[in-house]
Amino acid sequence: MDIIPILRALGRRKVGALLIALQVALTIALLANSLSVVQQRIAHMQRPSGLDEADLFTLSNQFAGSMADLSARIRSDLAQLRAIPGVVDAVAVNSFPLRGYGGSTGVTRTPDPKAGSLNAAEYAATDRTLATWGLRLIAGRNFRAAEVSEFHAGESYAPPAVAIVSQALAKALFPHGDALGQNIFLTTTAPTRIIGIVARAQTPWAANESAMFGAEYSLLEPMQLVSPGIAYVVRTQPGRSTALLPVAQQQLYALDRVRILSDAQTFPQTRAEQYRSDRSLALILVVVCLLMLVVTACGIVALTTYWVVQRRRYIGMRRALGARRADILQYFHVENLLIGGAGGALGIALALGANAWLAVNLETTRMNATYVLVGTLVVMALSQAAVLWPALRAAALAPAAAIRGHQVEIS
Amino acid sequence: MFGYYLHLALRTLRRNVILTSLIIAAVGVGIGAYMTVTTVLIEMSGNPIPDKSGRLFVPQIDLWGPNTRPKGGTAQVRLPNQFTYRDVTAFMQAHMALRQAAMYPIARDVTPTSGNPYSQEGRATYRDFFEMFEVPFKAGAAWSVQDETDRADVVVLGKTLAARLFPNGPAVGQTVNLEGREYRVTGVLNDWRPSPRFYDVVNGNAFATPEDFYIPFTTAISHQIQTDGNYNCTALPASGWAGRLSGECIWFGFWVELPDAAAVRNYRQYLLNYAAEQRRLGRFHWPPLVQLSDVTQWLDLQHVIPDEVRVNSLLAFGFLAVCLVNAVGLMLARFSARANDFGIRRALGASRSDIFLQCLTETAVVGVLGGLLGLALTELGLAANRASLGYLAAAVSQLTHTDPAVMALTVALAVGATLCSGLYPTWRATRVQPAWQLKAQ
Repeated sequence: MDIIPILRALGRRKVGALLIALQVALTIALLANSLSVVQQRIAHMQRPSGLDEADLFTLSNQFAGSMADLSARIRSDLAQLRAIPGVVDAVAVNSFPLRGYGGSTGVTRTPDPKAGSLNAAEYAATDRTLATWGLRLIAGRNFRAAEVSEFHAGESYAPPAVAIVSQALAKALFPHGDALGQNIFLTTTAPTRIIGIVARAQTPWAANESAMFGAEYSLLEPMQLVSPGIAYVVRTQPGRSTALLPVAQQQLYALDRVRILSDAQTFPQTRAEQYRSDRSLALILVVVCLLMLVVTACGIVALTTYWVVQRRRYIGMRRALGARRADILQYFHVENLLIGGAGGALGIALALGANAWLAVNLETTRMNATYVLVGTLVVMALSQAAVLWPALRAAALAPAAAIRGHQVEIS
Repeated sequence: MFGYYLHLALRTLRRNVILTSLIIAAVGVGIGAYMTVTTVLIEMSGNPIPDKSGRLFVPQIDLWGPNTRPKGGTAQVRLPNQFTYRDVTAFMQAHMALRQAAMYPIARDVTPTSGNPYSQEGRATYRDFFEMFEVPFKAGAAWSVQDETDRADVVVLGKTLAARLFPNGPAVGQTVNLEGREYRVTGVLNDWRPSPRFYDVVNGNAFATPEDFYIPFTTAISHQIQTDGNYNCTALPASGWAGRLSGECIWFGFWVELPDAAAVRNYRQYLLNYAAEQRRLGRFHWPPLVQLSDVTQWLDLQHVIPDEVRVNSLLAFGFLAVCLVNAVGLMLARFSARANDFGIRRALGASRSDIFLQCLTETAVVGVLGGLLGLALTELGLAANRASLGYLAAAVSQLTHTDPAVMALTVALAVGATLCSGLYPTWRATRVQPAWQLKAQ
């Protein structure tokens, strides 16, 4: 196949060729960057919380009326929840992973607050929390029932003697991997000893955390929270959380009417809710990318078709001089490959440039080079596919008919 | 002549139906996607209080010192974004601005006379809040200065909560039970929906609706009502309510209204003096660092518009560019196919500018059609956004389907973009030599 005549012919329709090349380039740049953003969103959405999400549901409870003996009200709520057939266990906590809000504390290795502290989510946990949530203990031990004391909201806080930390927090505080048994400081007053490390426990705001690190800095403190506002986390037998959620609501109201139950959700619902905007932004990008590919393909089909019509006489002559259909087909594909190749090279440069600009100006993460490659291949393949139909029509022209027809072009 | 061109343009739509509809589709889809994303961005970056945004300021002071500042960014960006009780009380007492209001978000259970209690979000603040932020009243007014001094149990209700509590009569003068305490209603707000909710973008969603009720700051403090928002401390506060008020915990917002540049200068000096005094008193161990941000600066500083939205808007702009490049190619093909027509018209005496105008009219007609398609697609896109945008939905939810300004902008953008992309093909069309065309026949 001789490329020189094709190039020479292209020289006569510079603007059209330039437009296709430009369109291919822009499409590649946008596609690669969009794919990269979509992939980041998906990676963000898929980070595990550390909980056995499938069989958990949660209720936010706000007691109203008399606040006398809140402790007993919470205890009887828990007893009521645990008595529901199909419920494995229930705990009352201040917050839970992916709830969206909760408390955090500074954690340091020394009592000196100037030493630079890490911010970790605080969970009030009992000896039953680990099993109920499904957190996986990878070192040390769980809390003992005797270690758990009541903490009444509004009372002065004293740091607990022991705590369980997430692996991420353990590593951040003790990079040498010797966190177990070490002392940490939650206040300047008394140390807290790490007695256990769980593989993973996300913070309540993990879904909104743009930085990948820090979303798993969590600390479990052995305390039973006593507060008018409390969250119940209930674990059910496999597959029963959806069915038992309304039962739990109904039973709690039956036990004590003077309360407000809100955000009654199975954990998968909580997850979906928290990552809603990630999902929808990814979806919008995917839709726009698909539309863009369709538009680009249509543009290439239309311009090539137009060129075919323009070059009927030329095609007819070549056919009359002995060119086979395959030669005509090949001609248009090679021509498109040349244009697409130029566009592709420009597109790669544009994609990388745009990404670098975005990374600096909008704090997005740098894109993996694979996306540029995938984007380029997809658009070039699409471009070739778009040429196929007009090229087939060109190849189908009968030599005589093609010469008889005439068409004038603006040159 | 224009009428004739318009007539020609409408007639030629029927020729080259496929090419023409492809152009319309390319323009329409591009405009639709761009306007969908841009409308969201415009709505989010809108000025919530345009006539006053340059006169309302949030002060910030380096309360915690350089050691406790998070890493990254300039010191200005990382200054604490709320205040301690000690600071806001001092600011309120100093009364150095035309208007000033300390505030914090609260949540209370409302117990109606019949039915179950329900939780409502509210705000504890000073009466200047309403005048400073131009909050419209439907009935009654803000509480009085005396109420603030007396720590009176008074409340201003949002329109929705007032209608829910008192569906049959006026709310003003009635009492509302908030967690066992009766509050007298002094006023009811009218519809008020600043977006973003600029006066508090630190606590919760910046695009949330304003609160359902407002009570005096002093009342909330005397009833020991805790914040429903962020409560951050550098050191553990002493126990009890007194500890919360005296410790180094920040949980209060503070706004001032400063009418002119001189007032801004004075206030900055006041803040510097305040910080210097705190240093003398041994509270700060670092040089004074203060900042005053007006509404726009504050929204920028607090990063109210998520980066995702900006990225999306850039990508949508790129998509529009692809669509327009596409349209240029298609129009080139469309006019080229009609070179014969132009040749004949030229031979019959039409000047180049006649051809130019004719082509431009045709392009504009295609642009209008593309704009209409874009408009339909924008509505569709916004509906999809509303259905799926999660926390951003609040920003989009109030966009009406029939905002004439946005509709006009959409069509104008489509026509403008189409005309731009039609310029080169049109110029090429005017280059047609009459003789060539006739000879070719």
